Amino acid sequence: MLIPCPWCGDREDVEFKYGGAAQITYPQDPDTIDDATWARYIFFRPNPKGRMAERWVHSAGCRRWFTLIRDTVTHEITPSADPGGQ
Amino acid sequence: MGEPHPHPEHLWRNPEPRRAYDVVIVGAGGHGLATAYYLAKNHGITNVAVLERGWLAGGNMARNTTVIRSNYLWEESAAIYEHSLKLWEGLAAELDYDILFSQRGVLNLIHSLGDMREARRRVYANRLNGIDAEWLSTDEVKAFCPIVNVSPDVRYPVMGATLQRRGGIAKHDYVAWAFARKADEMGVDLIQNCEVTGFDLEGNRVVGVHTNRGLIAAGKVALCAAGHSTVLAEMVGLELPIQSHPLQALVSELLEPVLNCVVMSNAVHVYVSQAHKGELVMGAGIDPYNSYAQRGSPHVIEYQLAAALELFPIFKRVHALRTWAGIVDVAPDASPILGLTPIEHLFINCGWGTGGFKATPGAGWVYAHTIANGQPHALNAAFTLERFSSGALIDEHGAAAVAH
Repeated sequence: MLIPCPWCGDREDVEFKYGGAAQITYPQDPDTIDDATWARYIFFRPNPKGRMAERWVHSAGCRRWFTLIRDTVTHEITPSADPGGQ
Repeated sequence: MGEPHPHPEHLWRNPEPRRAYDVVIVGAGGHGLATAYYLAKNHGITNVAVLERGWLAGGNMARNTTVIRSNYLWEESAAIYEHSLKLWEGLAAELDYDILFSQRGVLNLIHSLGDMREARRRVYANRLNGIDAEWLSTDEVKAFCPIVNVSPDVRYPVMGATLQRRGGIAKHDYVAWAFARKADEMGVDLIQNCEVTGFDLEGNRVVGVHTNRGLIAAGKVALCAAGHSTVLAEMVGLELPIQSHPLQALVSELLEPVLNCVVMSNAVHVYVSQAHKGELVMGAGIDPYNSYAQRGSPHVIEYQLAAALELFPIFKRVHALRTWAGIVDVAPDASPILGLTPIEHLFINCGWGTGGFKATPGAGWVYAHTIANGQPHALNAAFTLERFSSGALIDEHGAAAVAH
């Protein structure tokens, strides 16, 4: 699988580490949320069959994190509109 | 090994789905078929359909490396996997089918002091739970499995191993066919090419499933879909802490008997056994990314073969015939989720990840109990969905022995 690093271009996936689903944000008010909400943040992640926004880090290259969109059935990758975001 | 078995086409009927069943099981893999069998056998519930999107036992049941063992760390896991192993020990007789269950022993090789401490702790824990477990020194490893390279000159020398002599392998297809045949005999409908596309709900209670072959009413619905569990659960708005990953394996050409046991190594990461037919069967760690593609990245196979060759230089000239991947359902604590859901009459069995095959009879047995009684058996009471909120996780990343 070739992964397009937004800063280095296409590289073999062996150069990257996977960071899982993108757009996972830390709870807004950690002192007041209940256990179920904590569980959702810690353990529950999107697992779509199809297009998935996900995080990768070019660990054997520029060492920067980025977001891309990958289809989990075809492994086809399309760039994210905001690769440097969360 | 006896006479060849009849062609599987003739082991069960291929009925048209009826309009209603007491229990609909989604997924005709090993777990789904075993669940149907034990529902009929142990609980007298025979008005059951097992719906399968593809063909019977064509998913992970056809793709796993068939390792069977019960040497897990925690009491909860030890109990359910040991229950399964005991069922394996009587399964050929019970199902009247030679499933080629072979208790040739499972070695878990140790290559570091940290691993050794954990492994020996696990041996003691296993023994306290009544599970056979031994610690072998390097010399004893060599004596038990002579082709393992125990030279100190390799990158990760073998420092010892745990051994479960009652562990081993079985012929995966025969296991599925044996459960299918018996379930069918007792009246269970095995319905292939029948994909669930949605669920019929009345309030918070499931009353049927929508399929590509029409609506099928169901008193109870039991999910048994491994890597596709979240896809199904999403249809009823049920969230699961499951991620689907490819898990790759390969087989070699057929060889004369050369490997007498199952050898697993967490640290250099390969597990290998020799099937009855003669091929070496090897597995690796999961591919890191989420995928439903039933294929993974070549470098994972390359690392796996490098590990195999370090442990078994004798395999140097062996040709790999095929590689493939299954889609495994990985839970955060490497333990299954087996029980009730927040939706009435909807049951879940998933999260077996990289180790579901060994649990086939045990999971089916407790799942059938759970479905029949509407509440978990003591053996699966801890494996709830709620444990991710309560914090009562059952962390088996060490004993799962496959890198996640």
